[in-house]
Formats: sequence, C-alpha cells, structure tokens
Amino acid sequence: MIIKNVRVLGGEPVDIRVEDGLIAEIGPGLSGGEVVDGRGAIALPGLVDLHTHLREPGREDAETVLTGTQSAARGGYTAVHAMANTSPVADTAGVVEQVWRLGREHGHCDVQPVGAVTVGLEGVRLAELGAMADSAARVRVFSDDGKCVSDAVLMRRALEYVKAFDGVVAQHAQEPRLTEGAQMNEGVVSGRLGLTGWPAVAEEAIIARDCLLAAHVGSRLHVCHVSTAGSVEIIRWAKSKGWNVTAEVTPHHLLLTDDLVEDSPVGAYNPIYKVNPPLRTRADVEALRDALADGTIDVVATDHAPHPVEDKETEWSAAAMGMIGLETALSVVQEAMVDTGLLDWAGVAERMSAAPARIGRLPGHGLALEAGAPANITLYDPSVRTPVDPSGYASKSRNTPYEGMTLPGRVVATFLRGRPTVLEGKLT
Amino acid sequence: MNRHLISAGDLTKDDALLILDTAEELARVSERSIKKLPTLRGRTVVNLFFEDSTRTRISFEAAAKRLSADVINFSAKGSSVSKGESLKDTALTLEAMGADAVVIRHGSSGAPHRLATWVRGSVVNAGDGTHEHPTQALLDAFSMRRRLGGLDGRRITIVGDVLHSRVARSNVLLLATLGADVTLVAPPTLLPVSVGSWPCEVSYDLDAALPKSDAVMMLRVQKERMNAAYFPSEREYSRRYGLDRDRFAKMPDEAIVMHPGPMNRGMEIAAEVADSPRSTIVEQVANGVTIRMAVLYLLLGGETVA
Repeated sequence: MIIKNVRVLGGEPVDIRVEDGLIAEIGPGLSGGEVVDGRGAIALPGLVDLHTHLREPGREDAETVLTGTQSAARGGYTAVHAMANTSPVADTAGVVEQVWRLGREHGHCDVQPVGAVTVGLEGVRLAELGAMADSAARVRVFSDDGKCVSDAVLMRRALEYVKAFDGVVAQHAQEPRLTEGAQMNEGVVSGRLGLTGWPAVAEEAIIARDCLLAAHVGSRLHVCHVSTAGSVEIIRWAKSKGWNVTAEVTPHHLLLTDDLVEDSPVGAYNPIYKVNPPLRTRADVEALRDALADGTIDVVATDHAPHPVEDKETEWSAAAMGMIGLETALSVVQEAMVDTGLLDWAGVAERMSAAPARIGRLPGHGLALEAGAPANITLYDPSVRTPVDPSGYASKSRNTPYEGMTLPGRVVATFLRGRPTVLEGKLT
Repeated sequence: MNRHLISAGDLTKDDALLILDTAEELARVSERSIKKLPTLRGRTVVNLFFEDSTRTRISFEAAAKRLSADVINFSAKGSSVSKGESLKDTALTLEAMGADAVVIRHGSSGAPHRLATWVRGSVVNAGDGTHEHPTQALLDAFSMRRRLGGLDGRRITIVGDVLHSRVARSNVLLLATLGADVTLVAPPTLLPVSVGSWPCEVSYDLDAALPKSDAVMMLRVQKERMNAAYFPSEREYSRRYGLDRDRFAKMPDEAIVMHPGPMNRGMEIAAEVADSPRSTIVEQVANGVTIRMAVLYLLLGGETVA
C-alpha cells in the first residue's frame, strides 16, 4: 500500500510505502499497489494516550473497550492506556488481561491496561503489581487515578517496588483532606459561586512530596493531569535535579478556565465543565502551555472520562467529574500549542506519541516515521475549522466541553500496523 | 428586570430600587384589614423546597397568597425526589403542571441556574447551597432603608461565617449596587480566600468595625463548623466575634442590629441585644413577606398595585 502525498511532521510532501505492517520506504513519487491519497495531510506517528478511561468492566453504559477504542482511532490514536478505576478495579492480573484481550479482539487500537497501585484503589495495601507486570497484559504503568495514593509510606513502597520490572507510578496528585467536598478551583470564581474550593496547593503539595520520594528511592514517577502553575514550577525543579519525573497535561487544561463555570454559552453551573482536577485560571493555562512547549511537561494525555447524560444533567454538586477528549485532543493541541507558535508538528509528535510510549514502555509505538518502523500513522488536516459536534462521535458519551466551539483540524486517517482503522475521517 | 431572580448581582440599581419601592406600596396594603390583592389570580407559584426551611417557605407562601396566586408546596421529603428523581425530572413535572413561578430552595449552589434552563416560568432563588439568597438581601435592604432612611453611603458591617453564607454573598452584591459601604468581619478561616476581589472591605477585628457601623448584621454560625476546625471553640468564637452587651455599647446610638435568623442566642448574639429596640430581627420577618410579594408581583408582571 502507498500513502500518497503526505507531509511527515509537516515537512515536504512525500509518499509512504507500507508492507507487512511496517513502513517500507518514504520518499517522493512512490507507486505500486493499493493507494490512499493523503491530500497533503500531515503525517504523525500514531498517537498514544497515557490516560484513558474505557469504563469496561462496570460502566458499560458510559463507554466500552469497543466504543472507547473506536473513539481513540477517530482521534488519531493507535494505543491507549486504560485506567484502572473500573468495577471491578483493575488490581489483579485477571482484570488487566480481560481489558487487554478485549482491546486485541476489537482491534481499533492497542489497549495497554494500567494497573491499580492499591487493592480496590483504597490506598491501604499494594495490589499485586508484580502479577500484573508478569501477566499477558505486561503492565508497566500503575495508578490509582481518580484517587491519590496519599499515604506517604505506601507511595514510597509503590515507587520502590515497581523498579523490579521497570514500572512507573502515575500519581493522581490530590491531597484528600484539603479537597474534601471540593467542587471547583478555589479562587475568585469559587468564592463568588459558593462552591467548595479545590486549592492548587492540594495538587502541588503531593507533587512536591512525590518528587522527593522518587528521588530518595531512585524510581520513576509520572504525574497525571498537571493543572497549576505551581505544579509546573515543582516539576521543573525536580527535573533540574536530574530526577526521573515525567508529567502530563490534558487538552482541557491547555484551553479552558474556571470562569466558564460562572459564565458560558451553556449557562452558569453547567457540569459539563466539572472535572478533576478542576479547570484553573488563565495564568495556569499559560504556565501549562509554556511547560509543555519547553518540555517540563512531557505529554498531552486526554483523561478521556465518559459519563452518561444523566450524570451530567444535574445540579453541579451531584454531577460526575470528567470530560471526554479522545476525538478532540489533536484539535485542541493545535489550537492551544501549534497555532499559537508554541509547538511545531515534531513537538506534537514527541508529546502525543513518542513520550507517552516511552513512559508507558510500550513497544512498537511512538517511533519516528521511517523505514523499518511499524506503520502506526495518523494523517491530520490542520487547514479546516469546524464547530465541534459530538453527535457523530464513536464514544458512547457526549460530555464534551467543546460542543459549539470552533476548533481547527481533522483526523483524516489512522493506520495501526499498516491497517487503516480510520479513513476519510470514518471508522473502517 | 430579568425573568428570574437568581442572584442579587443580576439586579441593576434601578431594578433593586423598583423592588424596594414596590414593597413600600405593598406594605401599605398589608396595613389594611383585608390584606389580599387580586393581582396574581389564576397564576401558579410552586414552592420547591429541597431543604427544610419552614420560615422561608411560609414567607413565600404568604406572599403568593396575599397576591391571590395558587400555591403548590413541593417539599423534597416524602416526595418523588427522595426516591431519587432528578432535579431535571422534577422541573419537567412542574413545567407540565404549568408553574408560572418556581421558588426553589436547594442545598447545592447553582441549582436555580440549572432549573432555569429546564422551565419556562420564572425562577426565584430562595437560597442555594452556599451561594445566594437574594430575597433575604432585598428584605434586609428594605429593613435598613426604613430604619436608616436610605442606603447610599451607609456603613454596613456583616459579621460571621461569610464563607458558607448565602445571605452574606447576596447582601454584599446588593448593598454595593445600592451604594452602601460594606465591611465583612470574620475569622480568616470563615472568609473565602478570594474575598479581596469582592466589592467590600474586610476586617478580622469586630471591635474596630463597630463604632463605624450604621447597621451590624450578625450571621448564624453553624455548630458543625467547629468540628471542621474553622475556629477552636464556641466560647472563643463568641468572645471574639459575638455581639454582646459591651460591644453593643460601642455602636453609634442610632445604629441597628440585624440577624437573618434563626439565631444562636448567646453564641453570635446576646439575648439582650437581639431583643433591644434597635434590633430589626422581628421586622425582618414581616418585611420578608412584603419583599417577596414585590418580587413575585414584578416577575409575574402584575399590572398596578391597588
């Protein structure tokens, strides 16, 4: 198969010849066999999400491995890390293997399960991390995401223990006592709206502690969904020490701010903007963009969090936290990072494909588009601008905060080991 | 005026003065032996109360009935709501019944905003979580205006749990609109971290604020705040922020004392102070009916006051 007329990382137009799931040749004027016309689209290595909630098992009303991976493919992803906060929790080899197998059967993108750090996400004792690492799912990323591993001793032990199999602990940094009943970012808007605040310090204090712990035991720490300017400063400092700390930011924290809770086209207190960690201020957004640009933050991860309509069509405090994001991630990154001049397409490839694959120790993903690499390829047309309309999404859920906003770009095609999962923007 | 009354901040100065002036006219009606007006005959007002608040509910009920509206009281306890019905489904039910106005009390901040997106009738916020209670602020302004002769340039001190107080939020917004100078006094733990952005002064020192006050509004302190370590003990709170007889003596001679009720006598306010002639606490209750009449009357487009 030849993928004609694409611009690798936004460069000069070339053709890509794919054979046996691998990139065989890249260059101008290739011919022979089946042809896919790229029409000048940008070619990126297939995107890798380090933070996806697929909801299966347990909340199949919100998402399944099937619909979640279809959503991922439509967003240009060839691999996703499925978070462990399912029901039952992915805290045993059995559950992670089930999720991994479902991903393989459906085949829309690779599903790499994340294992829980503690049994039942309860923060009391370690889950059988080694068994999950040794399972068919070969888990390398461990996270209690949704909850913080707040016990300092337990966090230390987890960081130490996963060194045995080159694992990483991905921390949801949220000091629980400082965020009891928290509803939104603590600041000017929360004060006016009378909503219990989620202070930046509750994130920053945990990140600072965990960086110190990771340094002390010489392990790898990954910080999930960094949301504040202060967190950026702490991570920058930890990296300057040479410590093995990586971090991710979500698309929504790169674009949206907490004032939307008070004033937006969809009305005040609309829980479509309720997410954890919460949307922060403009100053935080600017700091996160700069940090992603300069590499302090390594990765854009979606934190795709599907919820059924009834869990969002409620009063604010009763609503579920989270936003879907797989099918808008690349557009939001273009809007926030590329069109602002902060990042080029090589930078996007690093942060949305190479770095997450490296942190997740995911073989065959995130590799540069060159001869011999697996043909995991995303074709993206950055030239269009369209209003976001979730009605056609593959995700089962519709809780996108971007509905009605106009965003740039469109995923044209996604190839998983040479096999198209999306063509002309549609699932194959 | 807006179709709804959800936040005191939505009222312009003209809106607020219109409500207060309308209430003055309606107050004269209330002095007649027959208090009832035909103005809202055939209109339906639903009192949708998700929190127990007999005082506020009967105040709205009396107001609507004096305007001849049909009143439906919908309390969350023992209704479909306690069986897990969502706010949206409740709203759609009320909508189908043809509610012209829904008066909502809810424990979740912002619930009236959500309700307003699902019903066509007017939504009146009767207290939402720790957000706002605009009719309380209007009745407070009405009470102050009657006692102080006006609000422009008057110095109003609000004391207590501002962080969790919907009364304080609505009062700060409304009093700023009406040109009063507001000072909030509270221990720092009971003020929002962002209180510096509010249109008022802030002090931690009640004794310093009292001599410069034309009105002092004491807020109720919830006992559960103590367990959450907002202050060390009831006694210490009362000593530092309670309005006792000695502090009352430091206020200017004409200054008034207010409390939205229900009071903790002996905690935030001493009994002698609450019962003094300079206390407006009982008047506030009576004025509550009048101001709610004015609000319903204006929102539901009553023609003229008889």
